[in-house]
Amino acid sequence: MKRFLSKENLPVMATVLVCVLLYLGAGLKFPGFFSTRVPMNLLSDNAFLGVVAVGLTFVILSGGIDLSVGSLVGLSGILIAHLTTHAGWHPALAIGATLLVGITVGWVQGVLIAKFEIAPFLATLGGLFFCRGVALWISQESITIEHPFFKQLALFTIPVSGGASVTVGTLAFLVVVTIAIWMGRHTLFGRTVYAIGGNKASAKLMGLEVDKTLLSVYALSGFCSALGGVLYSIYTSSGNAVAGTGMELDAIAAVVIGGTLLSGGYGSVFGSFVGVLILGIIQTGISYQGTLSSWWTRIAIGILLLVFMLLQRGLVRLSGASKNSSG
Amino acid sequence: MKRIPPNLVAPLCILAAILLFDLFFSPGFFHLAFINGRLQGSLVDILNRAAPVQILSVGMTLVIATGGVDLSVGAVMSISGTVAALLLSRAEASNAKASVPQVIGLAMGAALVCGIWNGILVTFVDLQPIVATLLLMVAGRGLAQLLSDGQIITFSSPDYGNVARGATFIVPNPVWIAIGFGLVVAALMRRTSLGLFLEAAGGNAVASRLSGIDVRWIKFAAYALCGLGAGIAGIIVSADIKAADANNAGLYLELDAILAVAIGGTSLRGGRFSLIGSAIGAILMQALTTTILSRGVPPAATLVLKAAVVVGVCLFQSARFTEWQASRRSQTS
Repeated sequence: MKRFLSKENLPVMATVLVCVLLYLGAGLKFPGFFSTRVPMNLLSDNAFLGVVAVGLTFVILSGGIDLSVGSLVGLSGILIAHLTTHAGWHPALAIGATLLVGITVGWVQGVLIAKFEIAPFLATLGGLFFCRGVALWISQESITIEHPFFKQLALFTIPVSGGASVTVGTLAFLVVVTIAIWMGRHTLFGRTVYAIGGNKASAKLMGLEVDKTLLSVYALSGFCSALGGVLYSIYTSSGNAVAGTGMELDAIAAVVIGGTLLSGGYGSVFGSFVGVLILGIIQTGISYQGTLSSWWTRIAIGILLLVFMLLQRGLVRLSGASKNSSG
Repeated sequence: MKRIPPNLVAPLCILAAILLFDLFFSPGFFHLAFINGRLQGSLVDILNRAAPVQILSVGMTLVIATGGVDLSVGAVMSISGTVAALLLSRAEASNAKASVPQVIGLAMGAALVCGIWNGILVTFVDLQPIVATLLLMVAGRGLAQLLSDGQIITFSSPDYGNVARGATFIVPNPVWIAIGFGLVVAALMRRTSLGLFLEAAGGNAVASRLSGIDVRWIKFAAYALCGLGAGIAGIIVSADIKAADANNAGLYLELDAILAVAIGGTSLRGGRFSLIGSAIGAILMQALTTTILSRGVPPAATLVLKAAVVVGVCLFQSARFTEWQASRRSQTS
């Protein structure tokens, strides 16, 4: 118990608190929130964003940034749709190939960043343009996927009490989050990521494999984005080249709200998970409200981001461990 | 004759290569004509269309020189465009004639406020630049939509439209505005000590503070100017289409502006900067886009090529890449 309440966990605790308060507040206003259906929908509606945010968490923990995630989601979706509907591949094969493409894109970005020391911002900006361009090249129109296997995936549900159900997206989201939390806390890879984010030079001097780990981090983020694209295409039963536009921002916002410092070295996958839920609750609450327009979502997210950054700033100052933030 | 600065060699070579390609493969690319008292042709078109990104990249150069980055310029463009369109359409609805200079002044004022907000967050609240400006990038479009009530606001004011569509001395107005803004900023930077302080602040903030430079106000000025530039770019874009689309005005232009700065040879780590380099970077990208479009290649290919340019330029500037090439060469020989 003491470990959970330590000063280190304060930002995550604040995030959890905000999440609970938001949920309770929304629930008091709209009683529908307290049914099992809303939480289950929160998980399945935000599954692709959540999976993307998990991959991005590792990138940000390592002190980098990945701007390519949103367009990789779009590329993955359109690739699956094209391969199954136009090229006649079996969806399972198409999904496998797409995940490989995601890993490759991430890996190439990793090479540029780790081996040639190109700023992560620029290397992944290149990735953003590249993926969106290729996606639009494949097809500018959205392609529906009508393969029976794919339909099965889309319609597969495990019923839970109260008419709610667990979808493929929810399952994948929860599995990815669980594995990622374990990876971040208990594996050599995860601890190395934290070390690099804390201080890259020290990590190198400690004999940690910095370059190799950075490569894996970006490949992992590529994989997660591709998986996000797969979930998105299952969710919509189609592929769309412009899907995921601006998603990198939502994902970054979720990670920051989850208490991860953008300068790296500090944060958690669990925090990002809660961050995604917060974004989802805001969105659902505003759509329940009806009279508030959708742009209030963006403003609300912006205000929340500001509050959390000020909170982090205050904590960092309090603990006296002022990090030299550059860039 | 002065020698060309080393940071301009790569972008100028690429620009020359693109133009050379057009000389041989795009018939009529260099054709210039006088129509209605103004120059027209692909070359003029490139300069005209590059103007908004060029203005953005000038402001962005200053911010990047301080070691920061401004992600919000696209959103600030949409805010200034929306403010202008709102004022004009309101005046037109009540049959009054809005004073165009006043409208432009208010739109630029709104953008300046955005820049100042970013400046305060970065310098006085001490947030990381990426996060601080991400805030306005996320919320800024929301604010613009709040102002416009989610509608695309149209207006018919010909005087305001002239800002982007008209021409002065046969050259389109946006080109003049881009040159003017660039010259004013360049004069501010190079004729006063502001530029030197800026490079010092980006190069080593601690050392500059110890040598008596108030780094905070220097950074603050950079963000404020960047916001102002974004406002001007937003005015041009809204005047061009005679409407303000809060959702799409300036979308992804922050990335184009950062790219232009990187191509121009300003290091993203801060320190020395080159305003003319950034301007050339913006023109280079527009030349690339125009060339691709005039060849009938699908527009999606522009994005892929842009990606190739980003990676290529970065590799070219990366010390590690040069080392790696040298080591490979010595291995093979």
